[in-house]
Amino acid sequence: MSDASATAASVSDGAPAPMRTRLDRLLEAVLPPLVALLVSIVAGDLLILAVGQSPGAVYRLMLEGTWGNAYGFGQVLYKTTTLVCTGLAVAVGLRAGLFNIGAEGQLAAGGLGAALAGLALPASTSGLVAVPLCTIAAMCAGGAVGFVPGVLRAKWGAHEVITTIMLNFIVLALLSWMLSTGLRVPETLHTQAVHAGALPRLSAWWSGFHGSAANGSIAIVLFAALLADVYLFRTRGGFELRAVGLQPDASENAGIDVGRTWIRALTISGALAGLGGINFVLGYEHYYEEGFATGAGFLGIAVALVGRSNPFGVVLAALFFATLSQGGLAINALVPKQMVDALQGVVILAMAASVPEVRRLLASTRRSVR
Amino acid sequence: MSMLLAFLAQTLRIAVPYLFAAAGGVLAERSGIISLTLEGFMLGGAFSAMLGSYYSGSPWIGAICGIAGGLALGMLHAVATIRYKADQVVSGIAINLLAVGLTRYFLKLVFDSSSNSPRVPGFSAATSSTALVSGLVHNPLIPLGLLIVPAVAWLLYRTPFGLRVRAVGEHPEAAVTLGISVRRVRYAAVALSGALAALGGAYLSLDQHQFTDGMSAGRGFIALAAIIFGRWDPMRAGLACLFFAAAETLQIQLQGMQAIPSQFVQMIPYVLTIIALVGVVGRAIPPAALGRE
Repeated sequence: MSDASATAASVSDGAPAPMRTRLDRLLEAVLPPLVALLVSIVAGDLLILAVGQSPGAVYRLMLEGTWGNAYGFGQVLYKTTTLVCTGLAVAVGLRAGLFNIGAEGQLAAGGLGAALAGLALPASTSGLVAVPLCTIAAMCAGGAVGFVPGVLRAKWGAHEVITTIMLNFIVLALLSWMLSTGLRVPETLHTQAVHAGALPRLSAWWSGFHGSAANGSIAIVLFAALLADVYLFRTRGGFELRAVGLQPDASENAGIDVGRTWIRALTISGALAGLGGINFVLGYEHYYEEGFATGAGFLGIAVALVGRSNPFGVVLAALFFATLSQGGLAINALVPKQMVDALQGVVILAMAASVPEVRRLLASTRRSVR
Repeated sequence: MSMLLAFLAQTLRIAVPYLFAAAGGVLAERSGIISLTLEGFMLGGAFSAMLGSYYSGSPWIGAICGIAGGLALGMLHAVATIRYKADQVVSGIAINLLAVGLTRYFLKLVFDSSSNSPRVPGFSAATSSTALVSGLVHNPLIPLGLLIVPAVAWLLYRTPFGLRVRAVGEHPEAAVTLGISVRRVRYAAVALSGALAALGGAYLSLDQHQFTDGMSAGRGFIALAAIIFGRWDPMRAGLACLFFAAAETLQIQLQGMQAIPSQFVQMIPYVLTIIALVGVVGRAIPPAALGRE
């Protein structure tokens, strides 16, 4: 696994090759997701045919249940919000050459962090105070979980893929224990209702969204995506992070503290995943519930890869996977919604296989043109 | 004495899936392909073994179907990483998620359940202190699991194939000059790792007579940690597996006690895995070409 960081970098960004035109770079960024999309549609067809349904009818139903009505679209936006967070988390890790597979646990920790902060504040606290406090608490909780594999990697070389996965199990058990120590309402798996820091549903502004879980946290999360973009591409810290991701040895020689950069990257990554907790806790149910984050952390990997580790790409990819995920519910009567779980793996595999292939093809056309 | 025997017997039973997965993983890693896929291979193997046993009524056919399932996933990983030069870690993550998704999909499709399969014929599980003996008789996967690690060690160190695997994993360019097909050796190693890890998964579902969603529960990753802890040597990795299994046995024994919250007891194998990884730093030198094209 010695070269994992270098290979991670090649996934998150193109290797700096000479003579690359703007068009080349655009094609290199956009073609793999399109290939992955096509492959996943074909795989989806096969899975649908396995049930004896017509793919066309299923995909139409999927579209109608998501973008076809306001409620469905509201649900898509709700799911997008969480996925932007976990996608950004994985993306920031990839930019630093690290695979954060721990977004699942970090997201859950963020949710409990937000709930604990909300419960600690008096119910009458103004939203202008409570929302930022709860948001910070969510990010701190997620960041703390991300900090651990960062240190384990920087100080002891323990590979972050294994440690973050192990930490998922550990953190979820720890949260479950914390909940069991008197935080939860008896006979349930959730905390008391959080009153301070509640965010309004989008249906408060437009009644068409009535019943859907979409809420104000989407604004906070999109702002976070903007900040992540500025950080990655417009600040010294972000530059160092990307440099370490592309060439850890060269960065070390250039005076960048690689270990510290890894710790910083995974802490930021964890904080971004933790931020996703506010979507459920402050915006939707107004309590922390065990298992609210199931699957969103892993889906973040697909989101980051398809979004090419670019914050704006991540937002688009999150919208796509949220549609797929909500669409799964819409087609459940015809095809088991678990199809979406399988497609997620297909998309990642197709992305992984098409990125180097597209790069090679572009390079060979460049050569033949010249 | 009987308590010790019971402890040993349970440790062996728990160790079997780890031993299969680690034996397979060592082969793939020594050939230069990262084995993050073990988890997916195990889950896929557990499911296809259950399915085979369900339709045929024979756990033997189930075990063979398990191997087939692992081989299929293994070939998928091999094609992605060797033919298309996909990033091995990303492909590994994809294979794992694919295994989760496909098993869920077909569990729902075939059995209309999102949690578990019905009871299927399996190898009988003995839980008493005599399990060590009766298990050897009743569940052929237990003795096989104990033999697989020395067998892989023999394959790796005493056969031409093993020499090629090591050559390809340490210095592929040099292997090419000797006329070795790097691709073919890696395809074989990854396919073998899929088959072996899947047998470990088959052991899980055939031992419990059913498949439950996500039943590999991180074992593939723990097996990979055992490989790293064992410094990519089959026998040492096998010993690490036994160590992890002993810890898990201890965990099960502790679960009966009320003194420690069960959540903390559940963490033990995962915490130990991290400690093991942290403990080997500087001493664990991976195969030189691991993760490279």
